[in-house]
Amino acid sequence: MTTALEVKVDVSGGEARLLLTGDVDREAGPALDRAYNEAAAAGATSLTLDFAAVPYINSTGIALIVGLLGRARGADVPVTARALTDHYREIFEITRLSDFMTIEAGAPAPEGSTT
Amino acid sequence: MSSVAHSLRRIVSRGRTAPAVAASVGEEPAPRALAPSPVPVDIAPNDPIIPYFQSAAGAVDIEALELESPALVAMRAAGVKLVVPLVTQGELIGLLNLGPRLSDQEYSGDDRRLLESLAAQAAPAVRVGQLVREQEAEVRSRERLEQELAVARLIQQNFLPRSLPEAAGWSVAADYRPAREVGGDFYDFIDLPDGRLGIVVGDVTDKGIPAALVMAATRSVLRASAQRLVEPGAVLERVNELLVPDIPENMFVTCLYGVLELDTGRLVFANAGHNLPMVASGGAVTEHMARGMPLGLMPGMMYEETEAVLEPGAHLLLYSDGVTEAHDAEREMFGGDRLSAVMAAAGAGGGDALLGTLIGELAAFSAPGAEQEDDITLVAIRRETGAPAAVLAELSVASEPGNEREAIRQLEPALIAAGLSAARLERMKTAVAEAVMNAMEHGNGFRPELPVDVRLLRDGDALRVEVTDRGSARPMPEAPEPDIEAKLAGEQTPRGWGLFLIRNMVDELDVSGDDEHHTTRLVMRLEGGRDDDRA
Repeated sequence: MTTALEVKVDVSGGEARLLLTGDVDREAGPALDRAYNEAAAAGATSLTLDFAAVPYINSTGIALIVGLLGRARGADVPVTARALTDHYREIFEITRLSDFMTIEAGAPAPEGSTT
Repeated sequence: MSSVAHSLRRIVSRGRTAPAVAASVGEEPAPRALAPSPVPVDIAPNDPIIPYFQSAAGAVDIEALELESPALVAMRAAGVKLVVPLVTQGELIGLLNLGPRLSDQEYSGDDRRLLESLAAQAAPAVRVGQLVREQEAEVRSRERLEQELAVARLIQQNFLPRSLPEAAGWSVAADYRPAREVGGDFYDFIDLPDGRLGIVVGDVTDKGIPAALVMAATRSVLRASAQRLVEPGAVLERVNELLVPDIPENMFVTCLYGVLELDTGRLVFANAGHNLPMVASGGAVTEHMARGMPLGLMPGMMYEETEAVLEPGAHLLLYSDGVTEAHDAEREMFGGDRLSAVMAAAGAGGGDALLGTLIGELAAFSAPGAEQEDDITLVAIRRETGAPAAVLAELSVASEPGNEREAIRQLEPALIAAGLSAARLERMKTAVAEAVMNAMEHGNGFRPELPVDVRLLRDGDALRVEVTDRGSARPMPEAPEPDIEAKLAGEQTPRGWGLFLIRNMVDELDVSGDDEHHTTRLVMRLEGGRDDDRA
């Protein structure tokens, strides 16, 4: 029923791409932490969170993204979110996460976006 | 010159042998008293003697004065020998007129000095007396005006309905707020045969007692005509014919008269130049047009009839121009658009709720402390949705982390079947997920044996989801308003988004509880309400 989050990290030329697959909810904490640490260890100077394969984000997941964004800002690493659905893009705007990270347009509907 | 005129008329002096004399200036003759009372002397406002007295250095010898003045002639004829002008602050307020001395001798220098000194002291005292009298007159006229307003209010209130009609399936509310200077607003409900209800809202031009009387007459004529005639247009035609010969000149009445069929919601109305009725249904607001001249202007008028159907859940609003023409501090008018916006947001509450919201909006809009400019009349009628809210889905999940997704998985088909658009569906899913998470965590403490119940209901044009936990009297924790800056800076926990998200996803949120449960209610309208294009 719930899909535990998996995060694949690609770092090239200082740019880290975090490919998220699964739900961003309370179970997602460890996977996000691991991915962030991996990117930081590889010397990433920018971070892109790819939500193309994320069907569900809840308030606990928002809290995890806030935590990750806080760490990145502390390290002066700019963060981009891409491939958010219209709905989660709206939520990023309502929560004002969008004021502190770049939201990349052109989000395709992720597969399995219904829950 | 008129203040001098008023002043001089009151000055009275008496000689011994000569008839006593009062000086009077102006067009109105002073009341003539019986001899040997003072003889009034009228002084025309343009008589050259007035500027002469105003600038005279002291007592003036009337015998010796050379001036082309009708007043001078009159004074001499009345036996006035000596005049001491009463001047204060450069203003001539009266004259001290003296006849010949008792001894028949001329007035001596001492006499004159004594009189001048008396005049110098009397003048300001007389002026104070005059001012007091003017003020008293003003107070009296203000009291009379207040009394008239009280009478007008009394007439008005006596002709407004004492109770509201009660009809199954309908919620009727009315509000009438007179301005201080009462206008001629009125409203009325008329019980008609065959389950129909007559509804009247009107406004007489002019204010005060005349307007109140015309209002009373219009109401009576309308009531009588409504019982005899069926069609609203014919009723207004008849009322107009009856009013035209009797209505005072320059007065007329705007009036809207509608007949509502209570079992079908069909409303037929005709309009004599009044504000158009608004109907809100399914989030859309329509102003229904019907043409017709105000009542009482000229005979032979025809009144167009318009029909509207009030569907279950629809609101009907009739109002007077005191609503739309209320001004804010910048003199901007409340206007039809604001009224329409309030109507569009009208929820599942009855007429009362809509009127409460409207009155609140008007108060917030009006300049603080400003006096209400015109009468405000509002009649709000809502057709209830009939049957109590229908349950579309019911489910229950155990309080285990992640089960909020199970709840929305089970609920989703019913949400789609109820007709939620794609964007609203996503919002509702997020809102339900967050409410279920709260219930599992804060209400049930993640104890798996405690279920969270979820019910989906359709209430008119809105969907309602109720999420109930088994939390005891323990109140739900109230998270502070999340502040992203504080959270990023580590000054606030990164969590605490749940209620904030819910509030931003649905049209209404309320949380209630008893000793054994908390229930979170989420309301989302099927159309209108929160804009789809906000994302």
